[in-house]
Amino acid sequence: MTANRMTARRWLPLAIFIALGVLLAAGVWMSRRGDRDALPSPLIGRAAPEFKLQDLFDDTHVVRLEDLKGAPFVLNVWGSWCVSCREEHPVLSAFSATKRVRVIGYDWKDDPADAKRWLEQLGNPYWLVLSDQEGKTAIDLGVYGAPETYLIDGKGIVRWKHVGPLTDLVIHNELEPALALAEQRD
Amino acid sequence: MRAFLLALVLCMLPLFAQAQVDSATAPPVFSNAAEEQRFHALTSELRCVMCQNQSLADSNALVARDLRKEVLQLMHDGRTDAQIKQFLVQRYGEFVLYRPRVEERTWLLWFGPALLVLAGAALVAVLVRRNAGRARGTVPADEPQEW
Repeated sequence: MTANRMTARRWLPLAIFIALGVLLAAGVWMSRRGDRDALPSPLIGRAAPEFKLQDLFDDTHVVRLEDLKGAPFVLNVWGSWCVSCREEHPVLSAFSATKRVRVIGYDWKDDPADAKRWLEQLGNPYWLVLSDQEGKTAIDLGVYGAPETYLIDGKGIVRWKHVGPLTDLVIHNELEPALALAEQRD
Repeated sequence: MRAFLLALVLCMLPLFAQAQVDSATAPPVFSNAAEEQRFHALTSELRCVMCQNQSLADSNALVARDLRKEVLQLMHDGRTDAQIKQFLVQRYGEFVLYRPRVEERTWLLWFGPALLVLAGAALVAVLVRRNAGRARGTVPADEPQEW
């Protein structure tokens, strides 16, 4: 065996160690997002599913997706049973108070009486609240845990989705740019 | 007679109480054993989207219950397993499948292990051949030194 090959062999463990280190670092780097557990929605860029839901405050008022088209709107999935929604509430209220866009509540798997009480106690940030007691429409939307927030543009295309409570940072860095883009497209 | 009827009614009271199982947590009702088996096979191959290390069959999350109900409903509607999976993939993404589909994006995932085995086999073959060549070429003389 030549001396050259001997030195190559001596460096081999170090090379393997470095390669392993790079591999692990890449794994850490790729999972750097705080919300890495959130599923990417397959609905982004596609038409939102048709729905027919009751207005929480008026049983006789049935709202369809068609009725909401024309301008972008934010759909916020919540429930009075949802702890994180309470945490999200002040952030959402501040955002909806800017009247930048219609913020529509989606009351998911909830007792309407509880929902109304919740809104009465904390304040109602919504332009309209839809009630889905059964949760069947929510499956079409791919909802899996409240709170979830969708941005749907004027043509009814889902443009953005966030899973988990909204924060000022998320609104500023993600929702507002997506909204500006959606308004440009319309 | 009256006493007997009263006793009978009293005996039946617990039956009524039992029948009032909360519909949200009630187990699904199957029409036959084959359907039950198919349902269990299908839901254990689907991931619960809320608690991502449980299958749809195991999870007790709110959405998992709804999805189980939906799967059973789709089965009753006569949809095939593939159609039911497609239904969920369209809404929740590829992630719900424990067994990802074979397509261009997942080739490495599916065939990567086979590639590794092939690479290992090639390495072994090279090493064996090299050692064999060396052994044939220079047969080491017996150690001259006496121990």
